[in-house]
Amino acid sequence: MADISASDAGLLKTSDGRPLKSALATAQQRSKRRAFLLVLPLLAFVIITFIVPIGQLMHQAIYNDGFSANMPRTTAWFAETPPGTVPDDAAWEALALDLKDAAAARSVGVVGTRVNYEMSGTRSLFTSTARRADDFAPPYRDALLAANEKWDDPNLWGTMRQVSDAYSANFFLAALDMTRDVNGDIVAMPEDRQIYVNLFVKTFLLAALITFTCFVLGFPIAHLLATLPMKWSNLLMILVLLPFWTSLLVRTTSWMVLLQQQGVVNNTLVAAGVIGDESRLQMIYNQTGTIIAMTHILLPFMILPLYSVMRPIPPSYVRAARSLGATSWTAFRRVYLPQTLPGVGAGSLLVFILAVGYYITPALVGGASGQLISNLIAFHMQDSLNWSLASALAALLLGAVLVLYWIYDRLVGIDNLKLG
Amino acid sequence: MKKLLVLSTALSGFGLAASAQEIAVMSWGGAYATSQIEAYHKPFTAETGIKVVNVDADNPAAPIKAQVEAGNVTIDVVDLEYADAVRLCDEGLLEVLDPAILAPGTDGTAAMDDFLPGAVTDCFVATIVFSTNYAYDSTKFPENPPTTIADFFDTATYPGKRGMRKGAKVNLEMALMADGVPADEVYALLETPEGVERAFAKLDTIKGDMIWWEAGAQPPQLLADGEVVMSTGYNGRFFSAAVTEGKPFVQVFDGQVYEYDGYAIPKGAPNMEAALQFLTYATTTQALADQAKWIAYGPARVSSGPLVGLFMDGKTEMGPNMPTNAANLTNALPSSYEFWVDRDTELNERFNAWLASN
Repeated sequence: MADISASDAGLLKTSDGRPLKSALATAQQRSKRRAFLLVLPLLAFVIITFIVPIGQLMHQAIYNDGFSANMPRTTAWFAETPPGTVPDDAAWEALALDLKDAAAARSVGVVGTRVNYEMSGTRSLFTSTARRADDFAPPYRDALLAANEKWDDPNLWGTMRQVSDAYSANFFLAALDMTRDVNGDIVAMPEDRQIYVNLFVKTFLLAALITFTCFVLGFPIAHLLATLPMKWSNLLMILVLLPFWTSLLVRTTSWMVLLQQQGVVNNTLVAAGVIGDESRLQMIYNQTGTIIAMTHILLPFMILPLYSVMRPIPPSYVRAARSLGATSWTAFRRVYLPQTLPGVGAGSLLVFILAVGYYITPALVGGASGQLISNLIAFHMQDSLNWSLASALAALLLGAVLVLYWIYDRLVGIDNLKLG
Repeated sequence: MKKLLVLSTALSGFGLAASAQEIAVMSWGGAYATSQIEAYHKPFTAETGIKVVNVDADNPAAPIKAQVEAGNVTIDVVDLEYADAVRLCDEGLLEVLDPAILAPGTDGTAAMDDFLPGAVTDCFVATIVFSTNYAYDSTKFPENPPTTIADFFDTATYPGKRGMRKGAKVNLEMALMADGVPADEVYALLETPEGVERAFAKLDTIKGDMIWWEAGAQPPQLLADGEVVMSTGYNGRFFSAAVTEGKPFVQVFDGQVYEYDGYAIPKGAPNMEAALQFLTYATTTQALADQAKWIAYGPARVSSGPLVGLFMDGKTEMGPNMPTNAANLTNALPSSYEFWVDRDTELNERFNAWLASN
């Protein structure tokens, strides 16, 4: 065969006289193109709804032109002079004229908000000074100081220099409980304002705990489902799937009804005389509430992959191990459990990643101690409106999850994942 | 092709006609939105034929910021808290309003003299004065009921869980007032590190008994469920729960923190003209007085005061339930937006850190 294809005379041809090789290649290319066209809608969808917004989010975390876009002269002065320069006449003039323009364009609030993120108490300095900016006349230093003597503060000028660069890592620093001092050196936040690092740690610990409880509760259920006769296991499966299909909000609020101090569980315990009416258990609006509700809500994500892996495991393997003298524990540990590992891995990864980013349930049942990092991201999106900080926190969360995914891949191997 | 052209022209014409006859107003939902629908939206539609669509949000400031920054504004009129309105206005996210559009009071007073001091700003017209105060379940304290803000923090005399809003604003002020600071010194003290320290120390004393709420509808619910025995909240919501649902809630106005809430127009609102028309209509003396029939918030116009009569049930006198009633103002604090636009970042960070620490 080899020398036929090599020799010109023996070249294989299709019926219409073209060389078979190129005809095949053309046909293959066509089918590849067709396949690509088929996935094109999905690809476009993923890019538009997923890649682009995540890219924007990452960009927002390092880019905030609130100061530089609205204070062009002052920004230029900062760019021309080295850090630590004492503001000269040109600087005061630039500041005064920029404030005048910003007041006219109604953008001074944006500037003040940007500076206020780094230095508390400066927002009204900008807005109140800008209200008088129309009357500013040289010498500008005196005019500004007459409006408010805080303008002479070297810290303020240091902060303005920092924020005059639209690209800044300051939001990431803030998301890691750090800040910059007057000289631009990175220092830790004052202790009573440190929150995010602890909360990240707590989020990951809670997610790990929830994953573990899901595994402990889900494994026997999945095993039962996989080994029962079909007609019973289908019935049980509905019990797993029904809550899975029910709205998240409904399930969360049902837990509120069950667990609150005047709720079903406490009432039953009091009626049964287990606890006194005065010592009702606090099971919700704290960390316990978050763990209970999230475990229940995420349980199907553990059971379903486990079930799909357990179902095809032939029971004869364990029987063979038993007949060869293994105790039931050894047979389970050495024969059954290893075969379920792809399902354990898939279920754990699913539950963990979902738990890390959970928002609604902890917001509703978490009280003060059961809050996760996503609740603070929501706080900065909705209440403080500091979207750059929210983006930085979200980007850190995404990064941490990707790192964990990578570690998982190295340890277990992503090929060993079976979702169903 | 021709048919398609005709059809699309007809459709776009229809779209235009429909949008000119309809405006979207964003507000806070619940009993408050109902009061606006009854007092402003329905009569406005009846008079002008312009339909008003009510849109609910937890805090309309966030979606408005998002819409204006994304250049995709669908809301024509928005209901904002005072501090948010000042902030969004400074950031250029709201239309600047000409006070000349406001109608004079029915007693002939010029609009700007008729509104309470500071109630009209560059971009904002206040409609109500609302208060954050506290209410308790009267069945829990049949004898010696709580009467002061200090009682709220006194868990020895009044045992039981407390509810407070999850955030620094109002809570710090109330803590200082409960600690004996006179209302007019609260903000001066909070400007100092010692003052903030003292407020948090006071909050520390009841932290273990606290359930934090976020939405305005939660406090009456927490009280009704027996989850808390007293909770801070918005006075209008307590009133509605007590009067329309017959809950045994009693409000305490000592140590209340009150502020304005009202209307603004987002920058680039799609139906500017109708929005302005609505704004003028909804801020007349009569409209403001009518709203007070539906919820216990004080009207922002002086001339509306005498027109406020009975609640819609026809028997409850509104006057004593208003935060602005003289008897309720003996120890009351007007919320300072200047303080909060400056300090909210720092103090909320501090508050969140305090909350997360055990």
